[in-house]
Amino acid sequence: MNTLAVNTPYTVPVAMMDVLQVTLLVLVAAGATAVVLIRARVRQVLMLSIYGVLLAVLFLAFQAPDVTLSELTIGAVLLPIVILLTLAKVRKREQ
Amino acid sequence: MTPSQRRWIFLVVGTGLAAFYLWGLSGLPGFGNYPGPYGPAILRIAVAQTNATGVVSAINFDYRGFDTVGEEFILFVAATGVAIVLRTLRGERERAAVDEAADRDVPPTSSAVRMVAVLFTGPVVLAGWWLASHAQTDPSGGFQGGVMLATAFVLIYLSGEFLVFKRFSPADITEAVEAVGAGGYAAIGVSAVAMGLAYLKDFLPLGQVPGAVSSSGTIALISFFVGIEVAAAFILIVAELLEQTLLIRQGG
Repeated sequence: MNTLAVNTPYTVPVAMMDVLQVTLLVLVAAGATAVVLIRARVRQVLMLSIYGVLLAVLFLAFQAPDVTLSELTIGAVLLPIVILLTLAKVRKREQ
Repeated sequence: MTPSQRRWIFLVVGTGLAAFYLWGLSGLPGFGNYPGPYGPAILRIAVAQTNATGVVSAINFDYRGFDTVGEEFILFVAATGVAIVLRTLRGERERAAVDEAADRDVPPTSSAVRMVAVLFTGPVVLAGWWLASHAQTDPSGGFQGGVMLATAFVLIYLSGEFLVFKRFSPADITEAVEAVGAGGYAAIGVSAVAMGLAYLKDFLPLGQVPGAVSSSGTIALISFFVGIEVAAAFILIVAELLEQTLLIRQGG
């Protein structure tokens, strides 16, 4: 069906796209597991940020560039910042 | 309850859950085969109807604009909630941003961090503004752009001092901008009603060229309001949290 607003000048073979998508799914699963398994708090936050980047790339490969942009800004940047700030506050109180 | 009993309960419930999950999965349409009528229908008519080539934005801000108003106010209420919960309480006082252990040197912001933050601030502002103002032409929009603009303020904090960040984002102005952004979106909808149209019906000229910056009528305008609302909301949340690290409780 040729109803797309923008015609891309290139095509990607379906098989290659499948490989890319499966690879990213495995990476995201590994990333999520790593986030849960890492116990050191600051390191866990850094892993969470990396996980956010992985998810963003996954969304891009699944043709959702708008969600990619949201995930990059929220998951990879702002969520880790908010958690780090909370950790800083909690640590200060523990002292 | 003994651990072995607990394990048995988990096994039974877990197996049941897995069975239901697999049963549900087997009924899903094939991967990539969207069976509904709306996707193809929107793709066929969206560009001609709205003059926006960013069809995602056309859906978010026009066809389903009413949903997005709700989402907008979720963020608005969340930011307000953070501001209320983290307000300065009785018995709390703010202290200056001085180091706590006078016997230890506070590590200064490393010049590498400072350099990266300074170099990135300008491009991040530009990219955020571009995303927020080009919803009609690409799959971006006010939300992503707004968050990016807020990130630029965090970079300012990273590059220098908390006080510089504060000077760049005075709470009164941030709150006012947030309110204008959220209210602006709702007001566009009400304006349409005042003209006898449906709520949020696109009433501005759609422009001549599909996908031009001046095209798509209210879609671009709504994206702009969403952009400043989201940026202000996140700056507010980060500023409140930063301030919290400077608050101390009396006697605690």
